[in-house]
Amino acid sequence: MDFLFALLANSDALLHSTLVATTPLLLAALGETVVQRSGVLNIGLEGILLAGAFAGMVGSYFTGSPVFGLLLGGFSGVLLALLFAWLAVGLGADQVIVGVSANLLAAGLTGVLYRGLFGVTGQALIVTSFPVISLPLFGSVPFLGRALFQHTILVYLSLLLVPVIGFFLFHTRAGLQLQAVGEHPQAAETLGISVSWIRSSALIVEGILGGMAGSYLSLAYSNTFIEGMSAGRGFIALAIVIFGRWRPIGVLGAALFFGAATALQFHIQALGSAIPYQFVLILPYGLTLLALALAGTRISPPSALGQTYRRE
Amino acid sequence: MGTTIATRLTILLPPFLALVSAFAAVTFGLWLTGANALQVFSALLEGAGGDQYRLAETLVKACPLLYTGLAVACSLHAGVWNIGAEGQLLLGALATAWIGRYVTGLSPVLGLPLACGVALLAGSLWAGCAALLKNKRGVNEVISTIMLNFIAAGLVSYCVHGPLMEAGAQYPQTDLLPESARLPRLLPPTRLHLGVPLALLSAVGLWFFLFRTKGGFKIRATGANAIAARFAGIHVQRQLTLGLVFSGALAGLAGGIEVCGVTQRVYEKFSPGYGYTAIAVALVGQRSPFGVVLAALFFGALEAGSVTMQRVAGVSSVLVSVIQAIVVFFLAAYSTETVRQFVRRKINLMSMFITAIGLLPRAFHLL
Repeated sequence: MDFLFALLANSDALLHSTLVATTPLLLAALGETVVQRSGVLNIGLEGILLAGAFAGMVGSYFTGSPVFGLLLGGFSGVLLALLFAWLAVGLGADQVIVGVSANLLAAGLTGVLYRGLFGVTGQALIVTSFPVISLPLFGSVPFLGRALFQHTILVYLSLLLVPVIGFFLFHTRAGLQLQAVGEHPQAAETLGISVSWIRSSALIVEGILGGMAGSYLSLAYSNTFIEGMSAGRGFIALAIVIFGRWRPIGVLGAALFFGAATALQFHIQALGSAIPYQFVLILPYGLTLLALALAGTRISPPSALGQTYRRE
Repeated sequence: MGTTIATRLTILLPPFLALVSAFAAVTFGLWLTGANALQVFSALLEGAGGDQYRLAETLVKACPLLYTGLAVACSLHAGVWNIGAEGQLLLGALATAWIGRYVTGLSPVLGLPLACGVALLAGSLWAGCAALLKNKRGVNEVISTIMLNFIAAGLVSYCVHGPLMEAGAQYPQTDLLPESARLPRLLPPTRLHLGVPLALLSAVGLWFFLFRTKGGFKIRATGANAIAARFAGIHVQRQLTLGLVFSGALAGLAGGIEVCGVTQRVYEKFSPGYGYTAIAVALVGQRSPFGVVLAALFFGALEAGSVTMQRVAGVSSVLVSVIQAIVVFFLAAYSTETVRQFVRRKINLMSMFITAIGLLPRAFHLL
């Protein structure tokens, strides 16, 4: 009980750290939603996050500007996404193979480049990170001000992207075409929609969002880069997409839930609760499996998800 | 007989070309950054096979990759993806460390099979979860095995911090295995252990099962064409389950053998991603058990050589991951129909060109 009281007393801090932990998950999961809606399963998202985290740190380190870091992070994500698009969409290679190797490549390349550029010092490089923007008026509200309105710009941006992507997917011509490609590529191609163009564009969008999510890790979450710092967030994002049933609103809900789990884990560790923090750590994965097992066929992914499309 | 050997060799052609291309690409990359590629590769080679100790180390590093590579290959023959070798390996290792507490005083003849047996069981049960989810609820096994990996990693972390933590020690790790559960070293002072020849034996065993028994044929038939297999009266779901469970058993065994043969205890970050590298091993080995042996040796040599490479050439040892990834990229590209058609067309053009050159003198004679 003491523990619960301590949590309640800190609930504004908990809410604050929930939003902080949610942002990279949300950005990455929104990108993956767009890609999976087009019928591509990109399990290389983890690699995109890691590349974004590294490039973001490098950009900020050499220019002193986190905005430039963010741009470089997004750009690195796009590079990795383009590699994926070329192999899996252009040449028609297996999406699982390409995704797994993209993760391996990002893990290796960021490690090699990091040690090549900065040497093995054992000391963390501190870079300029995004400033916290306290929204005028709202920022000074007693409880909610700290919880909701004192964040970096990326937090607000990621929340804004939810309706934007929702509108794109369900209310624009291009979004509906994208869904058609994910449900039945042959039929879409017959209607004159280019499957490979749509899928490649979706991957580029994911590259930008995933790279930005990675940059968030090195430029807002912490202000340094550590090898392997994406720490499975790309895979949690995959879980979020399923949990959110491939809908931006659902993805927001799932991301908030898993973000809260992450935040809670730190508070549990800090407050010395009896609950082992590892159980909170595996919560997202366990719940996703549970949801899939319970809902079964009622959770229906895009019909052509993960299948290579070859033009006839 | 001659043709079968020839066809077997052509199967190995794409991986071979992928290796050559990857090394060319990495050389180019190293040249761009100003590193001395020759020095890097010679350090890598020296580290992997410079002397008896290093050769043994290559075999030791190849061992878990061989078991897990066979595991992934086995699932691929059944037409399912086992991305979960990592989690199955971790749980296998954990089971071995757990049972290791109770086999003190037993004879190794009893203790070792017990320790490795529970690893095998743990791995197959973990993979069985994915099979169950796929068959009963239609859950994609790629997603479920990824999730199971993270749950296994969490369980390992919990156990080494909690119930299985070494008594009276500060580090989050399990007790050392008792003597009765340790695999004998074959060539002391090297770390070469009995698990390595056992791994080779497993490769032969898997080959025999897949290609010489009825059960293996059913699995391969399902993997080749599930619909045709169903019409032939094969219970497809059962084959998928078997493929995944056997795969999990091999991956679990990898963990058990690694604990009994090398580390003798389990800790967090026990596996540097063997289960993920295994996917590359199975693909480069073209799913064939003997191909997987070659691929595991190659990847093991890379891992073993990376330490020397980092020390001598000053390039981070994770360069090895880059090499592995690029090999698989090239292999994936070379295996697609698009590239194959392109190559075939080029070969046709070349042969036309060569015939034309051969015909030239005759044409002159006619003039």
